[in-house]
Amino acid sequence: MSEHTVTAYDDELNVMAGRIAEMGGLAEKAFAEAVSALVSGDTDLARRVIDQDRRLDALHQDVEEGLIAMIVRRQPMGQDLREITAASRIANDLERVGDLAKNVAKRAIAIDNDIQSKKLAIGVEHMTELALGQLKKVLDAYTGRDAEAARHVQEADAEVDAIYTSLFRELLTYMMEDPRVITSCVHLLFCAKNIERIGDHATNIAENVFFMVTGERLPEDRTKVDETGAV
Amino acid sequence: MNDMPKIEQATDMTDSKISANKVQVYYGDTHAIKDVDIEIQPRSVTAFIGPSGCGKSTFLRTINRMNDTLDICRVKGSIQIDGEDIYDPKVDPVQLRAKVGMVFQKPNPFPKSIYDNVAYGPRIHGLARNRAELDDIVASSLQKAGLWEEAKDRLDEPGTGMSGGQQQRLCIARAIAVSPEVILMDEPCSALDPIATAKVEELIDELRENYTIVIVTHSMQQAARVSQRTAFFHLGILVEEGPTQDIFTNPVDKRTQDYITGRFG
Repeated sequence: MSEHTVTAYDDELNVMAGRIAEMGGLAEKAFAEAVSALVSGDTDLARRVIDQDRRLDALHQDVEEGLIAMIVRRQPMGQDLREITAASRIANDLERVGDLAKNVAKRAIAIDNDIQSKKLAIGVEHMTELALGQLKKVLDAYTGRDAEAARHVQEADAEVDAIYTSLFRELLTYMMEDPRVITSCVHLLFCAKNIERIGDHATNIAENVFFMVTGERLPEDRTKVDETGAV
Repeated sequence: MNDMPKIEQATDMTDSKISANKVQVYYGDTHAIKDVDIEIQPRSVTAFIGPSGCGKSTFLRTINRMNDTLDICRVKGSIQIDGEDIYDPKVDPVQLRAKVGMVFQKPNPFPKSIYDNVAYGPRIHGLARNRAELDDIVASSLQKAGLWEEAKDRLDEPGTGMSGGQQQRLCIARAIAVSPEVILMDEPCSALDPIATAKVEELIDELRENYTIVIVTHSMQQAARVSQRTAFFHLGILVEEGPTQDIFTNPVDKRTQDYITGRFG
């Protein structure tokens, strides 16, 4: 797209997009490290994750203030309006991803030992890989203004949901077999839920990227596959 | 603004108040308006936007044949109001302009009293049989223009002594006094401060119930605020026309997009 007559407007939009990308990077890193802390029982790493969430929050506030200033100064229209509203929502989602990562890190400290079951760890890691992949792809779609890629992210969320459902079943089985693991299993269950919600945030971001690029709403035809209610 | 465009979209396009077909306007050798087709809905506000010299005011003036007053100006194609061709030789332009009123960029009250400014049209068109009827028309026109409270105690004072915003509402009252069906507004707020602008915009929104309004504006925010449909002109061409919300959030044409986002070279 060609430049604005007022070039400072383009600079502001670029700065905004850069900050969103930076938030995305921080959220990804926090999430990956939180799960790594959880799986390996590394409480130092978990504490660092908790600490670093402040940076993401500060950046979020910075982005919000910048967006409001742009609305006041530029009265954005069309594509610009969509970019700015999308950026605001995406920044919210990323901030939430950070909070969820922080929560996983807190639980990693609470559990304070390795996940007893290798099988469970594999399940959590696999789900994390998928959700993290979703987050990466959607951030690339945002940077590349790629509506098709955003659509794929939305479609792939079902996979994350499916793994969450199977983890849920597995954890239930463990708790029924041995009541002594209930505390750690409940923590794990919340962690799994948090990871699943990170996938949901990636989907939200995908919908916003799609709208930002095309001006159309992404049809929400996929049915939610959280079957834990039926277990 | 959210649901209004949807109502407009549902409006049957055959119910147009104004229907323009292949309209061309020439100023001497200059082809100022090219092939403009547009359907304008009754009892709604349609905004014309576009850069200076794009033809939006020229096209607006074809709707009440204001261009007739320029010798070098020729209009081709057809413009119908309620299915009647307004360029038919049988149409009296003076009667047409009573039906299609106009408000200009700079408030231009007559150098007469506030009362006479509003009474002028009804008098020449013979709309009142006696002074009492004329008083009624003046009062109700000033009321509809939201000026009654400010003007009722100074009807004998000159219209030119009012503030700019009041003068513009006086001009709107003057247009309303001859019971028009269509009101054309050519940048009606560009000489007004934000408060006076807000009052005129509020008035436009009220008038929409009874009149078909077409407004030319350079302020896209104004177009977004007051209109249900927006038409974008560029280089004499009607580039795009549609529900206002669509034009400002997701226009179809690249030129519209560039214009509304401030990217015109």
